[in-house]
Amino acid sequence: MLRLEGIIKRFDTGTLALDGISATIDTGAFVALLGPSGCGKSTLLRLLAGLEAPSHGTIHWDAGHKPGPGEIGFVFQDATLLPWADAAANIFLPLRLRGESRAQAAPKITAALAQVGLSAFATARPGALSGGMKMRVSIARALVNEPVLLLMDEPFAALDEFTRHKLQEDLHALWRRTGTTIVFVTHSIYEAAYLANRILVMSPRPGRIAADITTALPEGLGRRDGPEYSALVRQITATFRDVMPA
Amino acid sequence: MIRGLTRLAPFIFGLSALGAWQAAVWGLAVPSYVLPGPIDIVQAYLGDYTVLNPALLSTLTVTVTALLAATAIGVFLAVAMAASNLFRAAIQPWAVILQVTPVVAIAPLIIIWVNQPFIALVVCATIVAFFPILSNTAAGLAATPAALLDLFTLNGASRWEILFWLRLPSALPNFLTGLRISGTLALVGAVVAEFVAGSGGFASGLAYRIIEASYRLEIPRMFAALVLLGMSGIIIYALLGLLERALLRGRDI
Repeated sequence: MLRLEGIIKRFDTGTLALDGISATIDTGAFVALLGPSGCGKSTLLRLLAGLEAPSHGTIHWDAGHKPGPGEIGFVFQDATLLPWADAAANIFLPLRLRGESRAQAAPKITAALAQVGLSAFATARPGALSGGMKMRVSIARALVNEPVLLLMDEPFAALDEFTRHKLQEDLHALWRRTGTTIVFVTHSIYEAAYLANRILVMSPRPGRIAADITTALPEGLGRRDGPEYSALVRQITATFRDVMPA
Repeated sequence: MIRGLTRLAPFIFGLSALGAWQAAVWGLAVPSYVLPGPIDIVQAYLGDYTVLNPALLSTLTVTVTALLAATAIGVFLAVAMAASNLFRAAIQPWAVILQVTPVVAIAPLIIIWVNQPFIALVVCATIVAFFPILSNTAAGLAATPAALLDLFTLNGASRWEILFWLRLPSALPNFLTGLRISGTLALVGAVVAEFVAGSGGFASGLAYRIIEASYRLEIPRMFAALVLLGMSGIIIYALLGLLERALLRGRDI
């Protein structure tokens, strides 16, 4: 889908966030950007979204793949819902900004709510939803446009372990079902290992790609507790031992 | 039980204070031209309401008009300041200067410049009242969550869509806080302006009646006017509080 070539990002403050990132992201892949806090992985995600421009380097989109406005779904660390609008109205937002009427959008909103298992909560305001449910609404909002690329910035980091596991499983199943290209930023080795089929391990600041791991875990129940999973976690941990300062 | 008591507390306190006041006035035989008791004040109101009620209405008309004007000006300036840093830099110091200048000091000028007394009073009260709306709304607009701004940008939202669908609704709680402060300030501004204007010759509002009563040593009447002002302040504050509750109902701040 796209190719990153020699991406360097230096902020106005002088901080060098990314130092020469080159990688390709294939259509349909589930890529985890894994690294410690401050390694520039969120910055890289913002560059992919077009929210910021690289200082040097280029993002080459494959012909016909460059997303226009509304064609990238973005899920933030917080659910970032409009607090005055109910779940359906929040999911409607990207469609509304595209100029669709509420009546036109209604079937898509219903489908998006069903996709994240919140059909019964269309009229609930964010204040009445739990943290996990808010994040589900946020994911539904990102999916309602049928984005060509879904970018997620540590979306489950603030959730409790049980909710996080459930949402990870649902997200992985959703990716298998829809085949949407996903780039998922996380600082959790376990999360990256479970979710992705490709893991880009990033070094501490300035961010570089320290390892590029393609994974092939079995699907289904054994995915989280099989021997392949443990081996993958060990492999990633060993990579970090090499790149983290003592 | 405790909650009920909390509700009643201001009334119980007020009634006991009034009782003690009346008892002191009776016990110490204080003449009513020095300190009238509550009963004298009520009697003064009942004897004079044909004058005091229209005066109250006049002051309230100035207050409400000024509050509406302050809302329009405050919100407009806040939006313009949020839209343009240049505008913000140009306007902000002058807004602060206008705010810290005592209205008593500029009211005589305004009353000379503006021929129409009602408008002159409204201008004075507006100057006192607009700043809390401006500063609170501006703070609310500036505090729009960055992630939501990113989300709107990613979906190709225009500046106006961002303003009307995101920034203004986000700033609503701050605006309402400012409005509540401005509501009582508008009353203060109206009264101050009436004091200045009253001594300049035209007469209408409660403040003028207070001055008039003090010249004639009609102290109970003066107190009656003061009580009306105090109650108006409480009612304005409570009504704006109700408005706040109604507009923010069910909202997850």
